[in-house]
Order: sequence, then C-alpha cells, then structure tokens
Amino acid sequence: MSMTGESWVTTTFDTLEDWAARNSFWPFPFGTACCAIEFMSTVSSHYDVSRFGAEVVRFSPRQSDVLLVAGTINDKMGPVLKKIYDQMAEPKWVISMGACACSGGFYRAYHVMQGIDEIIPVDVYVPGCPPTPEGLIYGILQLKEKVARDREHQRRMNRESKDQEKTQSVNTGAPTV
Amino acid sequence: MSTLAPPQSETTATPELDAVRAKFPAGSILPQDGLDQPVWIVSKDVLFDVARELKENPQTQFDMMLDLFGVDFPDREERFEAVYSLYSLQRKARLRLKVPMREDDVTLPSMVSLWKGLDWFEREAYDMFGFGFDGHPNLRRILCHEAFQGHPLRKDYDPARRWILTEDKIYKPHFDLPETGDEMFERMTINIGPSHPAMHGTFRLMAVLDGETIVASDVEIGYLHRCFEKMCETHTWQHVIPYTDRLNYCSAFINNVGYCRTVEKMLKVEVPPKAIWARMILSEFSRIMDHCVCNGTTLVDAGGLTNFWYMFQPREEIYGLLESVCGARLTVSACRIGGLIQDLPPDFEARSRKLLEMIPPLVDDVEKLVNKNRIWIDRSVGVAAISGEDAVNWSWTGPCLRASGVGYDVRRAHPYDLYDTLDFEVPVLYGGDVYDRFRIRMLEIRESLKMIRQLLDRGMPSGPWIVDDPHVALPSKEACYNQMEAMIYHFKLIMDGISVPEGEMYSMVEGANGELGFYVISDGTGKPYRIHCRPPCFPIFSAFPGLIKGGSVSDAIVSLGGLNVIAGELER
Repeated sequence: MSMTGESWVTTTFDTLEDWAARNSFWPFPFGTACCAIEFMSTVSSHYDVSRFGAEVVRFSPRQSDVLLVAGTINDKMGPVLKKIYDQMAEPKWVISMGACACSGGFYRAYHVMQGIDEIIPVDVYVPGCPPTPEGLIYGILQLKEKVARDREHQRRMNRESKDQEKTQSVNTGAPTV
Repeated sequence: MSTLAPPQSETTATPELDAVRAKFPAGSILPQDGLDQPVWIVSKDVLFDVARELKENPQTQFDMMLDLFGVDFPDREERFEAVYSLYSLQRKARLRLKVPMREDDVTLPSMVSLWKGLDWFEREAYDMFGFGFDGHPNLRRILCHEAFQGHPLRKDYDPARRWILTEDKIYKPHFDLPETGDEMFERMTINIGPSHPAMHGTFRLMAVLDGETIVASDVEIGYLHRCFEKMCETHTWQHVIPYTDRLNYCSAFINNVGYCRTVEKMLKVEVPPKAIWARMILSEFSRIMDHCVCNGTTLVDAGGLTNFWYMFQPREEIYGLLESVCGARLTVSACRIGGLIQDLPPDFEARSRKLLEMIPPLVDDVEKLVNKNRIWIDRSVGVAAISGEDAVNWSWTGPCLRASGVGYDVRRAHPYDLYDTLDFEVPVLYGGDVYDRFRIRMLEIRESLKMIRQLLDRGMPSGPWIVDDPHVALPSKEACYNQMEAMIYHFKLIMDGISVPEGEMYSMVEGANGELGFYVISDGTGKPYRIHCRPPCFPIFSAFPGLIKGGSVSDAIVSLGGLNVIAGELER
C-alpha cells in the first residue's frame, strides 16, 4: 500500500470483524483472591498485557467481552458470578485463571465451588496457583486463536444452515424467508 | 482420640491475676499454666463479670480482646470450649480464658458491650460452632452463606459437605436506623459490591444515604471463605504451609513464618541462624511489598493511578528475589518447619542490596506526588478517623492502630527472632485518619529497609538452612538414596508427617496489617487437631460501618483501601 501511496485495502467485513475481535479483548476482571494480585502484575508495566491487546479492563459486564475469573469462587459468590456472566452481551468468552477457578484447587471444602464450570462455560483454563503472568498471557493468546476458530466455525454453521433451509424450501415448495 | 492432656507448667505465677481470682467464688475459675501464657478455665455463669473485672481492674487492665474462637472435643463430657484471648497493652501481658460448655447448652453472654471488636468474632463462633450469644445485636452467619446448614468446624461435620445458595436466602442487610419523625423524608439505600473494584472484589457494602451522607451501613463478608481451618485439620503439619500462604497473599512469607514458628515452639526445635536471618530479611521485604500494594491501591481508589505503577515496581523486583529463593512469586511456601525450603541462592545478598538501592527513590517519588497534593489531602485528612481508645476497643493492631497513636508492635513489645538486636523505630502517628494510615505505611517501608540493611551488614550466617533433625526435616536426597535409615525417615515424614507433642500454643508475629497469631492444638497424631488463625484485618474491618458513618460514599471508598483488608485473611 505504502509503495503505491494508496490508503485503502479490500477485505470482507467478516475478516475485518474477526481481526478486531481477537485483538481487542475488553476483560472483566472477576478477581477475588491471590490470582487477582497476579492479574494486577500482568496489567502493570513489567508484563504489560496491552502488548496483546487486552488491557482495556472494564468493571461493567455490559462493556466487556472476556470474563476473567481470577481467584477462588465459593458457594456464596456463585450466584454473583452467574449474574455477571448473564449480564454480558454476546459474543463473550471466559478465562478461568488459577487452580481454584478451574477445579477448586486444594480447597476440597464445604464452602468452595469445585470449579466455575459448575455454573458457567469456560473457554480457556489457565493452571497454576496462582499462574505466573506469563501463564496468563499464554492463556490470552490461546483465547485469541480460539476466537478466530470459533468465528470461522460459526460462519460455516450459518452458511450450512442457510443452504439447508434453501434445499428444504425447494423440496417442500414453501417460500423462502 | 483421647482427650488432651493438660499442658505442662512453664510460666510463673502472676499476683495480679490471683487478686482478681480471689474476688470470685472458689471453683468458678481454675487457673492453668499454659505453655505460652496463663490460662483460666472459667465457668459460664461468671464469665461476663470476670471479663469485666479483668478489663476494668487497674491491676490487670486487659483493654484488648484479641480473639475469640471455639474448639470441639466430641469425647469430652463438656464438648465445646470457647477460647477468649485477652491482652493488656500497658502490662504487655496475655491471658487466655477457656469456657467449657455441654453440647445441650452452648449459650454464652455476649460481651460486645465491653469490647466492640467481639461483634464479628461472636458471629463467627456462632457460624462455625453454633454457639449462642445472649444480647448480641445481630447474631447471624458471617462467613458461610445463609442457606448453609450445620456448623462446619464441629468435628462431626464432613469437610466436603456443601450447600447450594438459593436466591431467596441471599443476605438481607441489618441497619441501625435513627427515626426521622418526618413522613415526607425519604432515604436511599445503595449497594456496592461484591463485584466492584472499590470493594476489592469480595466485600459487599450496603449503605443508607440521607442526601450524600451515609447514615447507616452494613457490610457483608464471606465471599472468599475457603475453609482454611477445616482444611488444616485434614492435612499434615507440613501440608498446612501452602494454606497459610493464601491467608494474606500480599505478604505470604510472613504467614509462613508465623505458622512455622508456632509449630517449632511446640516441637522445641532450634532453628539454625541462617534460616532465621533469611526469614527476617524476607519478612521485611514482604512487609514492604504489602505496604506498596496497600498504598498503591488506596491511591487508585482516590483517582491517582500513576502511583500504582510506581508502587508496583518494587513489588515486581521483590518477587524476583523470592522467586530465586523458592521458585514461586506470590504464594511462596518458602518456610519449612525447622527452617527454609532450601539453601539460599548464591546471589541472595547481592540481590537484596540492589533492592535496597532501588526501592527508596520509588517511594520518594510517590511521596513527592501525594504528600502535599491538595486533592489527596482533601480526600484523606480527617476522613474515617478513629481515636486510639476506640481502635483498641475494636481490637485493632498493626499500622492502623499505630496511626491512631497507640504504638503497639509485636516486634517491639514481644521481640522474636533477632528483632531485639536491631535498631529500629516504631512509627506512631496521631491523626487516625486515612492520611495517617497512608503515611505510616510509608514510614514503615523505610524502617523495614533499615532493618534489612542492618541484617545484611551482619553478613549471612554460615551453616545449614534447616534443622538437622530427621523427625522434623526431610533428609537430603543424596542421603535418602544411599542410606537405609535416611530413607526410612523420609518415608515416615512423607506418609505420617511430623508428630507434634500434645498441647496447645499461641504464638504471634507482626504481620503486614497487625498481630498475626496462630493458635494450634496437637493431639500427638500426625495431623493438627485444631489450628486457628488470628486474622489482624478481621476486627479492623468490623469497625468499618462505624468509620464511614456521617461521611460520603466517596469517603467510604477511599477509607477501605487504607485499612488494608485482605479477603484471604479476613475470611480464611
């Protein structure tokens, strides 16, 4: 582009949207315990998660697309977490940071949820107690790939279902919608 | 399990206590000499009067109620025991009151009227053991949710038995609202948290507002209760160390030291000088990094984000040092009972000295930014102020107490390790407000640096890093693979754990936010019978609704940060 002096590029809208979605996560840090301190390290200057496009931390579920659960979730917190997840708009993803959020960790106890996937779906599990910032950044990069894959998959599914509808309507003679 | 044998006598008789005891009918108070402090077994009927006498008698002056918790002995006829821990600031003396109770009669008199700090401790004892407290204003569960059934710290409660919280059981706030007498008057109730950045993700504040002023508020905690004390009972003594990391996770190392010291006292092992030296240096570094996070986030809550990046830099460097010692950054588990996890790295001293150079300029920068900053002064001076007397009554300890003019510091009042040989000051400020709580942490960072410098100047002691006792410390891998005996010791330690002699012990260290104590009971088996942690920020946070009364919501937010409430330790 720079060689020809042109300042435009042709692409499909889907490609552009994919590129934007996977490179600008707006995480909601649901930090409760020790992992939240490591999350703070990750966003601080030393590790600087903005290099990977995930630094726009939002504390409102309505403004964010990645729910980053950092810390132990117990039975008292469960309903809160579920409500926050439900309030987030689609598309949304969940990173479970640390052993406690993934599986309850070493708290096999009367008040601790044995992994947040008891109540909400999880896309990326980051192991560690707590995970190092490098570990969390790796998890974010994994999520990036997953987002790209998911969107591709979603589009294919949409196309196929449309094709199917068409063939069905041809076969039955009903008008296509 | 057999009932526990009475502890052997080590402490000397105390005439002051005998004078108080003589005022009560014979048989209602049975004195015992504990391993660590005098113990009184008090009958339930006279408990309130005894406590009031101990508090008000000028000879005893037990002005501080440090702790209250329960113990369950299913085999005893008097199954439960409520344990009160008293402290006299003036005399630097301690006393433990034990109140035995039969299973069918577990109601005690509430002593909130004497010590306000008991408010939450009594609720916790109700929640965990089902004790009743006559006259408590708001006796309901505090750590577990409201749909919880049973009392988890009783010995017959299955550690893994969970209860699901349903929508209709969610906590309803409890307010002490003054009547206005005006029908047209309307108040507004707002809810902040638990998922709110200013509430550190785990506290819930419900406040009733009259215009912009908070007239009443209630705090709900328990969103991070993860059953530390129950988990300890299901693990061996060594296995408890990682759990202690996760109490105050901002300064995990100090928790390790506090716990290990308590068990070492029970075992009567001599920790090698090298381990003590390293423990002190790393404890002080941990204190610095705890204060950095606390002050950094306080300023973020007040809108000063820059300071947070400045304060996080030393923290990141201290992480590097800890990582070189044990391989972990935050939850270090670097202590072992009897010493350290492994030998110190060769560059330990050099790295520590580099940190000593690096930290002061960063602290200076932050002080330059805020100490005379008009906005910060307006937001913090006189906000959420508490007098020294009230702070003592609320059982406050640590920097928050010292900011209110009471210079109680465990390192000075009851020196442990090498603190009595160091030259340091205990900073005391008198404002008792957010500004002074901030300033005192900055002063303490400098004192900690001073201590570390003195220790480094003495040079690293030579010798082993862990006690040479095969009943306590694992033998080296080399010995383990080559000598039959070492392998047997290794096997026994891994499978059965350390066997701690029967008895009970309370020992404390100065944590980053106050007196961090561990009370342990051993029944001689490989697992702890009961471990109770005296969490410094629990009583501090219980005063919060009173502190913010009459202020605005923004004052409440800025004052929470300065209290340094760490959820892991608050709720255990």
